[in-house]
Amino acid sequence: MTYSNIIVGFIPLLDCAPLVAAVEKGFAAAEGLDLALMRETSWANIRDRLIVGHFDAAHMLGPMAVASSLGIGHLQVPIVAPFSLGLGGNAITVSNELWEQMTAAGARLGADPATQGTALREVVARRERLKQPPLTFAMVYPFSCHNYELRYWLAAAGIHPDRDVRLIVLPPPLLVDALREGQVDGFCVGEPWNSLAVSAGVGRIVVATSAIWRLSPEKVLGFRLDWTQRYPERVSALVRALYRSAQWCENPANHEELARLLAEPRYVGAPADILQRGLSNKVALGPGDHPRDIPDFYVPARHAATFPWRSHAVWFYSQMVRWRQIEFDPQHVALVEATFRPDLYRLALAPLHVELPSEDWKIEGDPASSTGFFDNRIFDPRNLRAYLR
Amino acid sequence: MPEEKSPKDSLRILIVDQNVMRASVLEDGLREAGLSNIVVVRDMQNLMRRIVDNDPDVIFIDLENPNRDVLEQMFQVSRCVRRPIAMFVDRSDTDMIEAAVEAGVGAYVVDGLKKERVKSILDTAVSRYKAFSKLRDELERAKEALAERKIIERAKGILMKERGMSEEAAYALLRRAAMNENRRISEVAQSVITAARLLK
Repeated sequence: MTYSNIIVGFIPLLDCAPLVAAVEKGFAAAEGLDLALMRETSWANIRDRLIVGHFDAAHMLGPMAVASSLGIGHLQVPIVAPFSLGLGGNAITVSNELWEQMTAAGARLGADPATQGTALREVVARRERLKQPPLTFAMVYPFSCHNYELRYWLAAAGIHPDRDVRLIVLPPPLLVDALREGQVDGFCVGEPWNSLAVSAGVGRIVVATSAIWRLSPEKVLGFRLDWTQRYPERVSALVRALYRSAQWCENPANHEELARLLAEPRYVGAPADILQRGLSNKVALGPGDHPRDIPDFYVPARHAATFPWRSHAVWFYSQMVRWRQIEFDPQHVALVEATFRPDLYRLALAPLHVELPSEDWKIEGDPASSTGFFDNRIFDPRNLRAYLR
Repeated sequence: MPEEKSPKDSLRILIVDQNVMRASVLEDGLREAGLSNIVVVRDMQNLMRRIVDNDPDVIFIDLENPNRDVLEQMFQVSRCVRRPIAMFVDRSDTDMIEAAVEAGVGAYVVDGLKKERVKSILDTAVSRYKAFSKLRDELERAKEALAERKIIERAKGILMKERGMSEEAAYALLRRAAMNENRRISEVAQSVITAARLLK
């Protein structure tokens, strides 16, 4: 058997798990792929090296794929995402000092996002009265779910993310130290970084983003559009390999082994027990806290987690418009929708005869489903204008 | 508003690199090219602040530096900096980006800066970076992957010889064993090699 090479860039985070398992457990080889993973240090590098062809595909922030297709902030290079690398996995962590102030204002460990948000708003208002400098929150990239989830939560609590607090970008490996040294008061990031801050004793997880938006999209597998047209078989083979790999990652019986694999320095390079918390949806929220069940905290495969919903791409766009990263233009919508490719997903998985969603779009917050936002707002992708108002 | 500056040496250049040697190699190269207004930032704390204070026309950052994503935010938060900064502006710039990425350097320029000017500065940076790095860490990563692949190849060879198997069957056997024992293929391959040596 001859193997087709495929090079995929990734960032050391919990949700690179399906890529790692595809290599280590042979799912890629079973599809005739010689999958080589290349670890990267920044999202900008991931994008640039995908664009210039160093990588054939990449572990990519969902909104980054959309931003690249629209050409915001950088060259316009159409990126397509035929596969979602799971749902959720992020959380918002605050410093011990901020947590103390928040608890005085009614926050409790493990409380719902509305309670925590109300407490934070009180802290923010009090600082303003006392003429103290605004709180600083960090996230990982301007076009990221972390940015939008953090903003969504702040705004829903009545805190304007651009006026009432300061939002900055900091790379994950620097976050724990920045929190300890008071450079930032909180951050929104993916695992293992929240749990690492907790285990270092420097922060409290106030909200898992799965509580802000249950079953929310996160990373995708991004390709350059022209590459997918040139090598359709390889795209299909990788989608199939990752589909099986994600199922394997989902199975609790495999979490211990998976955590051990991810712990290796060439992958995530964090302690295996901490990685395992995230995989098994059991997260310790503060130092000394017993790991608690966080439903659907990180979902690699269940609930059609690997399906690239076009409506998710449209929601990302709605947030780009909401936070003025781009001006709304009805012509953008087709470009945005074309970034997520359920058609390629269906094509790749057809030989497996597995059950797939019957639609490419879905309503978020539909009372009939278990997905949705904590403030009960409904996102209907067919009604984008109304949502933007 | 971008003010027009004609003398070449008035261009402000900021180098963000934690590697002291490499930063000075680039700095020397730029000075030789007649650019004298250069600031090197090694302390990554409050990087945005440093950039705002220096108000550079061109920023270089090494690609091993995770702080690159901090710079990316400047595309978005234009009120943080006095003048909008972009990486490059049009499609024809892909070649420039490719050359920079190959060399291991990211470049950001103030919007509206003349392209010919940017190009000559970038060429200097690219050649200096190339001389320095030669994609060192990538070679290491490739070596690592190659070593694993060699182990698997050797184990396949042993199975083919000892059990008269085809290459495909030998690989399938290793893969199955790895699945059943919850181990990595390369680990199983290593034990096949060890066992073969013991049985010799």
